[in-house]
Amino acid sequence: MYTLILRTAAKLIVPLLLLFSIFILLRGHDEPGGGFIGGLIAASAFALLAAAFGTQPARRALIANPLELMSVGLAIAFVTGLFPLLLGQPLFSGLWVEFTLLGTAIKLGSPIIFDVGIFLLVVGTVLTVVFELDTDGISFFPSEATVDARGPTRTQP
Amino acid sequence: MSSHLFIILPIVIPFTVAVVTLLLRKAPQIQQWVNLTGMLALMAVSVNLLWLVHVDGIQATTFGGWAAPFGITFVADHLAAIMVLSGALMGLAISLYGMAEMDKERIAFGYYPFMNMLMAGVIGAYMTGDLFNLYVWFEVLLIASFVLMALGNTREQLTADIKYVAINLVSSLLFLGGVGLIYGITGSLNMAEISLLLAEVESPALITTIAMLFIISFGIKSAIFPLYFWLPASYHTPPPTIMALFAGLLTKVGVYALIRVFTLFFTYDVGYTHTLLLWIAGFTMVSGVLGAAIQTDFRRILSFHIVSQIGYMIMGLALFTPVALVGAIFYIVHNQLAKTNLFLISGLANRLEGTFTLKKLGGLYAVYPGLAVLFVISSFALAGFPPLTGFWGKLVLAIGALETQEYIILAVALLVGMMTMFSMAKIWMYGFMPGTESNRANATSDDHTLLGMGNGASGTPYVTSPVMMYIPIVLVALLIVAASVFFGPVYTITEQAALELLDPSLYIDAVLNP
Repeated sequence: MYTLILRTAAKLIVPLLLLFSIFILLRGHDEPGGGFIGGLIAASAFALLAAAFGTQPARRALIANPLELMSVGLAIAFVTGLFPLLLGQPLFSGLWVEFTLLGTAIKLGSPIIFDVGIFLLVVGTVLTVVFELDTDGISFFPSEATVDARGPTRTQP
Repeated sequence: MSSHLFIILPIVIPFTVAVVTLLLRKAPQIQQWVNLTGMLALMAVSVNLLWLVHVDGIQATTFGGWAAPFGITFVADHLAAIMVLSGALMGLAISLYGMAEMDKERIAFGYYPFMNMLMAGVIGAYMTGDLFNLYVWFEVLLIASFVLMALGNTREQLTADIKYVAINLVSSLLFLGGVGLIYGITGSLNMAEISLLLAEVESPALITTIAMLFIISFGIKSAIFPLYFWLPASYHTPPPTIMALFAGLLTKVGVYALIRVFTLFFTYDVGYTHTLLLWIAGFTMVSGVLGAAIQTDFRRILSFHIVSQIGYMIMGLALFTPVALVGAIFYIVHNQLAKTNLFLISGLANRLEGTFTLKKLGGLYAVYPGLAVLFVISSFALAGFPPLTGFWGKLVLAIGALETQEYIILAVALLVGMMTMFSMAKIWMYGFMPGTESNRANATSDDHTLLGMGNGASGTPYVTSPVMMYIPIVLVALLIVAASVFFGPVYTITEQAALELLDPSLYIDAVLNP
């Protein structure tokens, strides 16, 4: 399905959604938000891209293979949880570093790395499913042929 | 290294292997070796955990360092440690076997990550001390098992998987309902604290209602009467490796959960709840063994026997004496060994002869005497032939029944033991003894095409020699013999588990006052 409105809107919305997802990811540190919600928002950005332009352009925009994003995200989250074990603390304990930079106290912790892992995991999982929907003949997504540079190929006079 | 590490390692290892095999998506042969290494390591840390528990008492740790009633606790008592060890053993045997059985296609579609997630889920369920977390681990293992059952996409498998998924979702829903009610009453999800708080609840009827929810929910998962029908309808469809994995681990988690909640929570109306369990146990044994009697497919017979054997475990829990609980726990371990081994043998017979149908197998004894010996050990153990493990399990349960003067269940248990022997003899007569040689010659020609898709033998594994499949079978058979010969030490450890279960204050203390 090809619509000019959706394509025009997608071009504007997708970058905003991606920025917003990162905002939500970082916000989750102290307030509602976090890797899971951020990941869903980022995934919806790419899903929108797929709905407007087809899954192949969306895959190209994502660069990484969603399955690999999924595995890497899971690995990051899991390793972050393992690390405290090596220091003799319980699994998934938060590790914190505090220091002062230019007069501002900065607190860095492992939970944010964990959240980044979850972010990637969610993006990978959702997009694996979304892109997989495009394998059959009849599809919700526009096919690559109808989305060339000049717009859709017209089938009706 | 602190004890945090050692308590948590049995979950960390399969999870790590799952992540690593997921990353090695494009290198399936390396996955096999990563998986095997992981299973060996899991074996080592499980032995270590049991040792730790046996020497230092119940071990507990929390996630993220949040103290006990608030954070998620992980507890290793004797029961959990025994279950983890025997689960790890199954994992190792099945991994060895899978190397020669699991086909390339299934490995490419993620057999190893899901198998390890299943292991992590099972071990997590054994060790968690938090009721909601138990639900989460159940979901982890169930979702992994949904995928494993459908892996390969044969029509037969998908039909079975739909039944399996549907019934398990119902079961999870009931479980979640029970958890919600408990949280509503006590305001806690920590199992140790719930145990304390339930003692102060003034309406025992409400607790018994929740107990019923748990019986139904875990009853579906562990396949007790009358909730077992999904099991024989689905277990025979995936390839033997996955079948053995399910037979060895899944229903046993349900039984473990029943044992846990009916010793820690629902001990205030034993006269009602445990009598009900005793009836269930009797009916489960009888209906399972009768179901097996009319089957002629190797796998289907074994599937029905899973049901009947679950009855013995529930019987031990229902009698609720130290000796009976020893029987129940020992029976779980014994059953994991014997039943998994029989499934592995059925897979090997299928590999050698291309069929699971007994009448077409005929005369295996003449061609593969070694396999026949292994079958005899495992099936005699299952049926309770002295001096093998099944005999000891039944003996301990029988003593438990005599002590509590439950003669009816005793009679049922012994009768069902006899009928199990009959089923095993049927497999022996048709499958192993010569005399049906002519059937076999007629059958094999068209049989390969008929069963080529359904039994999961659609692809080829990386190791094609069936000799590799003998290794785990011999290993488990030796373990059965070892557990039979050295029943003394095994009994001592199991008895510790039973005593801990009957004195929940030990568990509560270890969790709440670390």
